[in-house]
Amino acid sequence: MSFLDTLVATWHFLTTATRYAGADGIGHYLLQHVEYTVVSLFVAVVIAVPLGAVIGHTGRGAWFVVGISTALRALPSLGVVVLLVSTQGISATWLVVTLVILAIPPVMLGTLAGVAGVDPDVVNASRGVGMTGRQVLLQVELPNATPVLLGGVRTAALQIVATASIAAVVGLQGLGQLVINGVFNRDVPQAIAGAVLIALLAVVVDLVLAGVQRLVVPTGVQLLAGPRRTPALLRRGPAREGTPA
Amino acid sequence: MREYLSNEIYRSQLVDLFFQHIYLALVPVLLAVVIALPLGWLAHRNRTATAIMLGVSSIVYTIPSLALFIVLPLAIGTAFTSTINILIALTLYTVALLVRTVVDALESLPGPVLGAATAMGYRPLRRAVTVELPMAIPVLVSGLRVAVVSNVSLVSIGALLGSGGLGLLFIFGLNRNFVAPQVAALVLSALIALVADGLLVLGQRVATPWLRVSSAS
Repeated sequence: MSFLDTLVATWHFLTTATRYAGADGIGHYLLQHVEYTVVSLFVAVVIAVPLGAVIGHTGRGAWFVVGISTALRALPSLGVVVLLVSTQGISATWLVVTLVILAIPPVMLGTLAGVAGVDPDVVNASRGVGMTGRQVLLQVELPNATPVLLGGVRTAALQIVATASIAAVVGLQGLGQLVINGVFNRDVPQAIAGAVLIALLAVVVDLVLAGVQRLVVPTGVQLLAGPRRTPALLRRGPAREGTPA
Repeated sequence: MREYLSNEIYRSQLVDLFFQHIYLALVPVLLAVVIALPLGWLAHRNRTATAIMLGVSSIVYTIPSLALFIVLPLAIGTAFTSTINILIALTLYTVALLVRTVVDALESLPGPVLGAATAMGYRPLRRAVTVELPMAIPVLVSGLRVAVVSNVSLVSIGALLGSGGLGLLFIFGLNRNFVAPQVAALVLSALIALVADGLLVLGQRVATPWLRVSSAS
């Protein structure tokens, strides 16, 4: 099949309404993929943000964060999920655990960089007006850290969306199922359709989080960031802890 | 586990995949360094170029690796199972990551030092190679560490398409319900990442002796 034929077949696959319905339809796979993504990102944020914030606030233990992050990143997600499912049985829990392991480093490093990077004058001023440590962290450092923190969350989200494709390998479907079906049945258009849908979902999730970022980052902090050199859509936080997914 | 490792065929397969994994993860990093240094330097000298290059690299980031592994063979006419796809895809990612790092590194250099080099008669290219590059090493290495560790993990994803170093053992083990090869591949993969990371830290210490002097005093 020529390049053009393949593209046409892919387009045909993606525009056939019956492909979207039913338990083995694109709609169901998409829903599963989104579900895995949202749950994993939520759990990762709940674990990693407090850790990063407290360590950034006290200024001690940055080596711990960097060490843990390197160790977690060294674990290949495919291996972790396959091993967990092989030994513990098929359950979405193991996929979520794997994706949380993947997402913790960027969220934790983003939070740490954000909190530790707050202007010391600002922190000292808050202490000067009588704020307690907890108040400084919650009312001053975290709001100021939001741009960098959310940069880490966006990176994590991209990695989760991309890596959630491995769900299909262990029988948990998701959009990766289209890719696996395509490769297994030598149906190239289906594999490409799966890849395109995963990439589109990644873009949509990133745009949604960019919107969240606009809502959540305090206006004062946004003004402080100053004029933007790159269009807002393409812009990443200053210390976005990034790895491709 | 012992049974798995004592099997001659399995063992030689494990060793082959181990070296293939190292090759697939690290060759893109070398290629990317060669490509990203001049690109980042050019981007740094021109604001429009910076915006364009950072924009493009952000877009490359957003593409899931599996998607790239599938679309690349179609675009360049290689087989799905060819390792070339993995090499090219990981090189693209690493370049995208490093261009940003190079720009950040160059922007963080102290102006007086660069001014002094210019005043001593260094031309732009010589100044870039002999002054800016060495001073940028710490930031560059921090970017390289992230790239290397994540590449080692990404190689495995290629196994979904039938190539991909140790990742193949995950699929093999899953299909045969055989845990030993999975554990072996997981441990070796993590080992590659951690050793490569350690070597980078060590390399940085050796390459930047002036940092040790100033921190010791």
